[in-house]
Amino acid sequence: MAHFSKPAEGSWTEHFKLGTAPVDYSDSTSAEHYELERDAIFRRTWLQVGRVEQLPRKGSYFTRELQAARTSVIVVRDSDGGVRAFHNICRHRGNKLVWQDFPGEEVSGTTRQFTCKYHGWRYGLDGTCTFVQQESEFFDLDKANFGLVPVRAEVWEGFIFVNLDNDAAPLLDYLGRFAKGIDGYPFGEMTQVTKYRAEVGSNWKLFIDAFAEFYHAPILHAKQAVSDESKKLMDIGYESLHYDIDGPHSMQSSWGGMAPPKDESMVKPIERELRSGLFGPWDRPIEFELPAGVNPSGHKAWGIDSFLFFPNFMLLLWAPNWVLTYHYWPTSYNSHIFEGTLYFVPPKTARERLGQELAAVTFKEYALQDGNTLEATQRMLEAQAVREFPLNDQEVLLRHLHKTAGEFVSDYQRTR
Amino acid sequence: MPTTLPSDFQDLEKYSDWVLFTESERYSKRLSSSMDEMQEFYDAAFPRIDAALSYLDQHDLNALPEDANNLLYLYCSLVNVSFPVEVWRQPRVPDSGAASMDCIVELKP
Repeated sequence: MAHFSKPAEGSWTEHFKLGTAPVDYSDSTSAEHYELERDAIFRRTWLQVGRVEQLPRKGSYFTRELQAARTSVIVVRDSDGGVRAFHNICRHRGNKLVWQDFPGEEVSGTTRQFTCKYHGWRYGLDGTCTFVQQESEFFDLDKANFGLVPVRAEVWEGFIFVNLDNDAAPLLDYLGRFAKGIDGYPFGEMTQVTKYRAEVGSNWKLFIDAFAEFYHAPILHAKQAVSDESKKLMDIGYESLHYDIDGPHSMQSSWGGMAPPKDESMVKPIERELRSGLFGPWDRPIEFELPAGVNPSGHKAWGIDSFLFFPNFMLLLWAPNWVLTYHYWPTSYNSHIFEGTLYFVPPKTARERLGQELAAVTFKEYALQDGNTLEATQRMLEAQAVREFPLNDQEVLLRHLHKTAGEFVSDYQRTR
Repeated sequence: MPTTLPSDFQDLEKYSDWVLFTESERYSKRLSSSMDEMQEFYDAAFPRIDAALSYLDQHDLNALPEDANNLLYLYCSLVNVSFPVEVWRQPRVPDSGAASMDCIVELKP
C-alpha cells in the first residue's frame, strides 16, 4: 500500500519509541485502576469545560459535573469580565450551591449573585460570601473566611479549562506545542453550535481509541456509504498523512477526499444536493490562512487534523473550515459520557443551514455505530480471556494514550 | 384545514407532520415510521428541494416568516430520513442496537 511516507525508522510507532509489543488493556477493566485515574489524571490536569461564548456577559455562568474529578464546578464571568471557577459547594453546610430540580444535572444562566437554596447564604461573582442568614446566631463567624473555594480557570483561544491541582503548570505551558501551532485559528467566528451527548458503556479510553485511529472507518462504517464507494474505501484501507506527539498530547493529520468528492456519483443524493456530508459542508464559508501547526505535512490532499489534549479533549479542524470537539467524561471504570460539539460559521442561506444539518446528523449516525461497538469491546475485555492486543502503526496514538495514562497513575502512586 | 407551508408548497402539506423543530423530534419520528412512509415523504420532497431552497433564500434566514420557517424544518426532516431511504433500508443506522445520542444544543435557526 504505502500511499504516504513514514519516518526514517520505517514506522511512526518506532519513530516515537513507543515499543511494538502487544498492549495490555487491563487499564480499562478495573474499578481499582479507575479510582487511581480519578486522582492521578482528572484531579491533576487541565480539563476543557466550555467556551467563552457560553459566558456572554457579566454574571453569565454554567456548572459542570466533573464526576471523575469528584466535584462539580461553577464557571462564571465576573464583574471585571474575567472567567472564574469555584467548587459548587456552599460554605455553610456543604449543600450544592447552584442547581435546579435535579442535583446531578448541569445548569446555566445569568445572575448577580449565587444564593444557596438551603439556608440562603449568598456569594458574589468573585466568590465572596456577602450574606449569612441570621448571622448573629453563629459563633465568631467572619464572612471573609467563608468565600467559595476557587478552582483554577484559564482560557486558550476561547476554550475554558479548569484544573483542581493548585500546583499544576499554567494552561499554555501544559497545552504545549500543538496549541501554539493552532493559535490564531478563528474559533470565535464559528458560533453556530450543535452538541450531542451520549452515555456510553465503555471505559473512557476506549472511545478515545476509536477516534484516535481511522483504521476502523472503512470497515465499521461500510454500510454508511453507497456500495461502490464503500468497496473502494475498504480496498484502499486507511493511512494517515502524519502523526505527532508532544508530552501527553498527540495528533494525527488525515486526507479528506470527500469534501468535495472527486467523483460525485460516489456520494449519496442528499450529499450531492446539499454539498455536505461526513467531512462537513464542502464549500468554505470563510477563507483564512491556516495557522502553522495545522496540516503539518503540508499535503494537498489534507482534510482534517485531530488533536488529543490529554486527558479527554479532542479538537478536530476540518479543511472546509469548521470544528468538531469530543469530550469523554468517565462515570465509572466501564462507563462514560461522550459529548460531540460541532462549530460552524453561522449560515447565510437555507442551503448552508441544511448542509450543516446534514453534517451534524451524519456525525451522529457514525458516532452511534462507534459508541455501540465500544460496549461490545468493553464486555469482552472484562471477560479477560485475552488481555494483550497487537496494535498496528495506524494505531500508534492508542499506544501513546494508554502509556501516558498509565504513567500518570504510576507517578501518582510513587509520590503519594 | 389550516396550511403550515407557503402556498407554492401546498403539494407537501400532507407531510406537515414532519415539520418538527428539534433534532430529537425528527429522529424519534424517523424511528417510529415505516420505510414506506419515509420513502413516500422522500419521493415527494426531494424533487422539490431546489425550489424550496430558492424560496427560502428570498428571505433573511434569521427572520423567516412562520410558513417559510416550517418549510425549512420540513427539509431538516428530509435530511434525517435521507439516511434510511438512500442507504440503510431501515430506520436505525446498522449495528447501533439500543445506543442513543441526544442533541442538547440545536442548530439555529
